[in-house]
Amino acid sequence: MPAVEMLFDALLLLCMVVLAWQGVHARNMFRAVVSFMMFGLLTAVAWVRLEAPDIALAEASLGAGLTGVLLLATLGRLAPERRRPRPRQAMTLTVLPWLALGLAGTWVLLAVTLALPAPGLGEAVFAAMPEAGVDSPVTAVLLNFRAWDTLLEIAVMLLAVIGLWSLGQDVLASPSTLPAPSLPALVRLLFPLFLLSTFYLLWRGGHGPGGAFPAGALLAAGLVLALLAGARVPRRMTGAPMRWALGAGLLTFLIVAVGVMGYGEAFFAYPPEHASLLIAVVEIAAGLSIGVMLTALFLGGEPTDSRSERR
Amino acid sequence: MSTFAGAALIVLGLLFFLSGTVGLLRFPDVFTRLHALSKADTLALGLICAGLALHSDAGAVQLKLLLIWLLVIVSGATCSSLIARAALAHGIRPWQR
Repeated sequence: MPAVEMLFDALLLLCMVVLAWQGVHARNMFRAVVSFMMFGLLTAVAWVRLEAPDIALAEASLGAGLTGVLLLATLGRLAPERRRPRPRQAMTLTVLPWLALGLAGTWVLLAVTLALPAPGLGEAVFAAMPEAGVDSPVTAVLLNFRAWDTLLEIAVMLLAVIGLWSLGQDVLASPSTLPAPSLPALVRLLFPLFLLSTFYLLWRGGHGPGGAFPAGALLAAGLVLALLAGARVPRRMTGAPMRWALGAGLLTFLIVAVGVMGYGEAFFAYPPEHASLLIAVVEIAAGLSIGVMLTALFLGGEPTDSRSERR
Repeated sequence: MSTFAGAALIVLGLLFFLSGTVGLLRFPDVFTRLHALSKADTLALGLICAGLALHSDAGAVQLKLLLIWLLVIVSGATCSSLIARAALAHGIRPWQR
């Protein structure tokens, strides 16, 4: 590896450690959240350096982008933080055991990593690629070989939305009082681009880095930006249409998984000649649902008709 | 020749990034810092994108670099305006000598 690249990696790692430290020990929550977002961005760069662009895309859009927005939105709803002096001596005392534990954990992980079979499951995946129905090994694993895991991930996200909705109504802060004409103008300009990139990533998932999760995150980013600029969920979209959109991913996934059993296959075992089409259908439904679910998490509750009537 | 010109543009861009960062660290309040950062960094990114475009032969890559710059111009300007307005709304008065 050239010296410049090693220097870059070392600098990247150093920045990540410093940001992680700042995220935990920042003076206030806002600084902690900003450190966390920057940490997510640098993690995405680290994934690029590890030649895993799929994970980098997901990390940049979900880890740095939407999680950061969710944390900032939460911060805006919390009561202002009280300044509390931190006893200095106590901190060093509490840090030492954690440091020892962290080092021990790192050592154990390192030992486990070295003990793992060297090529991992990569060769098995590549051997099965002709039957996958897609050209991208990552998509093949996510939506074919290990589709069961992805199904459960989507189910967990849906459960999170249901849990949030059961807590109460849409708590999105009142429209910003800032007279900022540039933000709505920006959203009008960018929203079509967000939609275009969403479908580009969905399409690209079949043969390269992309797929349902980054596409959904991008869709959610566009929708959240629109909400921040003062847009509200249209009344005809609340209720049934939104619930169908939220459930579409899981529903499509389950229908496909159970449906292939009708052709004499096992649960989730796509017939190789139809795998391509089935994966495309599942990917589009999952991408749209993930986008709507992430937006629903940002909304913080079910958008209701009564609310728009009150306005 | 174009390789040399590209490298020169990138170095020039880095100098603008450096000056923007110095401004961020040294200027007295949020408005002056925004002034330094937004303008210098936008220009710096433009220079670096132009430099990288000269290093690439593919038209698609050059178009993407241009698109990146245009998107950052638009979103950067809006972000700066939002931060400045939020600062004003929170009662931060512009610094005066």
